[in-house]
Amino acid sequence: MSDARPQLARLANGKAVAYDTLPVLAAEDFRDAILGGVAAHQRVSALFGTASPVPGAVRLHVVLADDERNRLFAAATDVTGSEFASLTPACPQVHLFEREIAEQFGLRPVGHPWLKPVRYCRAWTGRDAWNRPADQPILPAVGDFYRVEGEQVHEVAVGPVHAGVIEPGHFRFQCHGEQVFHLEIALGYQHRGVEQALIGGPGARTLHVTETLAGDATVAHATTYSQVTEALAGCRTSPRAQALRAVALELERLANHIGDLGALAGDVGFLPTASFCGRIRGDFLNMTALLCGSRFGRGLVRPGGVGFDVDAGRLAELGRRLDAGLKDATVAIQLLWSTQSVMARFEEVGHLPRQVAADLGIVGPAARASGLERDIRHDQPSGMYCFSHAPVSTCEAGDVFSRAYVRWMEIQYAVAFIRNQLRSLPTGAPQAPIPALAPNHFAVALNEGWRGEVCHVAITDAQGRFSRYKVVDPSFHNWPGLAYALRNQEISDFPICNKSFNLSYCGHDL
Amino acid sequence: MFKAIAARIQQKHRTMKYPDGAPPPLPDRFRGRPVIDTAKCPAGCDACEAACPTGALDAQDRGAIDLGKCLFCTACADACPRQAITHSHNYQLAARSRSDLTVARERPAVEVAGAALDARLKKLLGRSLKLRQVSAGGCNACEADTNVLGTVGWDLGRFGIQFVASPRHADGLLVTGPVSRNMELALRKTYDAVSDPRIVIAVGACAISGGPYAGHAEVAGGAAAIVPVDLFIPGCPPHPLTILDGLLRLIGRIEDPPSG
Ligand code: SF4
Ligand code: SF4
Repeated sequence: MSDARPQLARLANGKAVAYDTLPVLAAEDFRDAILGGVAAHQRVSALFGTASPVPGAVRLHVVLADDERNRLFAAATDVTGSEFASLTPACPQVHLFEREIAEQFGLRPVGHPWLKPVRYCRAWTGRDAWNRPADQPILPAVGDFYRVEGEQVHEVAVGPVHAGVIEPGHFRFQCHGEQVFHLEIALGYQHRGVEQALIGGPGARTLHVTETLAGDATVAHATTYSQVTEALAGCRTSPRAQALRAVALELERLANHIGDLGALAGDVGFLPTASFCGRIRGDFLNMTALLCGSRFGRGLVRPGGVGFDVDAGRLAELGRRLDAGLKDATVAIQLLWSTQSVMARFEEVGHLPRQVAADLGIVGPAARASGLERDIRHDQPSGMYCFSHAPVSTCEAGDVFSRAYVRWMEIQYAVAFIRNQLRSLPTGAPQAPIPALAPNHFAVALNEGWRGEVCHVAITDAQGRFSRYKVVDPSFHNWPGLAYALRNQEISDFPICNKSFNLSYCGHDL
Repeated sequence: MFKAIAARIQQKHRTMKYPDGAPPPLPDRFRGRPVIDTAKCPAGCDACEAACPTGALDAQDRGAIDLGKCLFCTACADACPRQAITHSHNYQLAARSRSDLTVARERPAVEVAGAALDARLKKLLGRSLKLRQVSAGGCNACEADTNVLGTVGWDLGRFGIQFVASPRHADGLLVTGPVSRNMELALRKTYDAVSDPRIVIAVGACAISGGPYAGHAEVAGGAAAIVPVDLFIPGCPPHPLTILDGLLRLIGRIEDPPSG
């Protein structure tokens, strides 16, 4: 493949470009650009609609990530009429993006194999892709589900309200005895209209809405939002602020990974690690609270830098707690790998083959557990990750064990990364002022949150306000991975498969 | 087996003494009940109201903060030219009545609103409170810090409080999130499935007022729009200690402080 892809704009993570440098391609060229990119190992990081300057049209935008060469590409196309040719049959990783475009803009991707709503809400354009009557309410998870026919095949339906303290979602299993032939996941219960609310921003509430896109990934989303606004405002954050953001992002990864390993232990009935990790997770959340007062990092990352600085005493305390936390976590987690009954439950369950993971566009630890070397910190680094590297942790098997073990490796690297930062925290002001955002610009920022790639794309209008703010949480890519991993498994393996992905409902539902 | 025992010894006994001993230490940057010293306010200043993301500061009654809307973000304090607003370490934020969530200008920082159930209900529940949790459109942080109460450090079970897997087993609901339109029916049905008398606890700014999503067409703006609420626990998210304090005062395991 030639080095330059002339028909696409070349972008970089955390940089803005003038909107009119984005090529608006003919439908076939747009299609070829995406298919060609994916054939050359690029990923679709975002594919979304906006209003178009062409009357009556909807403009589609794509952001392709070339991880091998640390590049981003973007292009647009105008769709007039009420349909476009679906790319999904040739490129499965866009299937949910196309369903989202159908839902938000009432455009039908013709040829889409399973065109269902994503969040069960009204279109922004007033045009409905399913011709549902405007006077009848749209109810979540109501509609066709994939069915397996057969005398002994039965269906198991679970949710939206679950047995524990868990977000809502609806799961339909097609089973033959204990064996799951197919799982279909219907979400949208957490839909609270955040993408619509972000239009016209930034305003007093914008930071809070981005901090709560997925509450357990507050730092990842707030950092990504901040980088988008900084790119649009031409604001430079200090190295100190960048280092503190990276420390907070790794603390977030640590708390969640440790919590997940404990939850996995709990789901196979191995209570020692379950109870130890439940508590140790809290110790790591409290380290984030040591920095900013909030266990989830609320208020820590802000456009321009960070809301809280640290002095030597606080750094020393953090270092001390980090050492104690890693020590406890190591004992608790090593117990998993040396316990036969745990390993027997983790291994060869919930298999996601490497090629399927690549086809579905899986990201984060789930992708790495299937042998895909993708990690934004390494492939498209921004902020402190440009200077300080963490190795990419991969496994080959793609089973529950691999997804657990990748987390354990990442826990160790995250602690080493933070120690490194604490040893040589750069100087600089914690927060720089944010000038007005550039009008008519386009900016993309990516970060490797603990679940995987967090992608935000902003487009500003002539006044420098967001005319569109697209959020892609890693869960949006990964839910189909969980559904796939359940194929031919026992239905009783659902909890550990689910926990091994631990995806966000609110991050998906927005 | 021996490894598990060795690990158990290494991890130590961790359940906190609270409420019989002191509560666990809060981080020094913890943001609890805000305090407003309106004597410091320059005439005509509305910097705090303008900065607040959720309208928690009332334009009519400056100096009053609605804790049910507050995200504890400090935008008001940062905007204030005279440092009239500070966030105290008072974590006891829960209240039985929605109107008690407004911190009026005359009220001291230490004030704590009443949270106890009436005697009849308390007697009926005895020493057990079984809750069904309904997560309805929030960001999952309120759920996460509710879940934490089940870990060994907090050990909610020692108070007879438990999350159960069916509304049929429950004495009430613990609701989080602003109640998205897509969860309205599920919340209603879950509530209907709990037998009377039943209690509803709204945890977090979302479940009280819609929180950061207040005013969005896709949400109902809090649990009380759908079901009657008996206890409000403010925060975004509330600290686990704030949630535990609310639950324990509700069931009378700790006393409401005398109101000043
Ligand atoms: S701390 Fe509360 S009252 Fe103050 S600005 Fe934030 S949300 Fe508004
Ligand atoms: S109140 Fe705040 S923390 Fe709780 S669910 Fe709502 S946004 Fe999340």
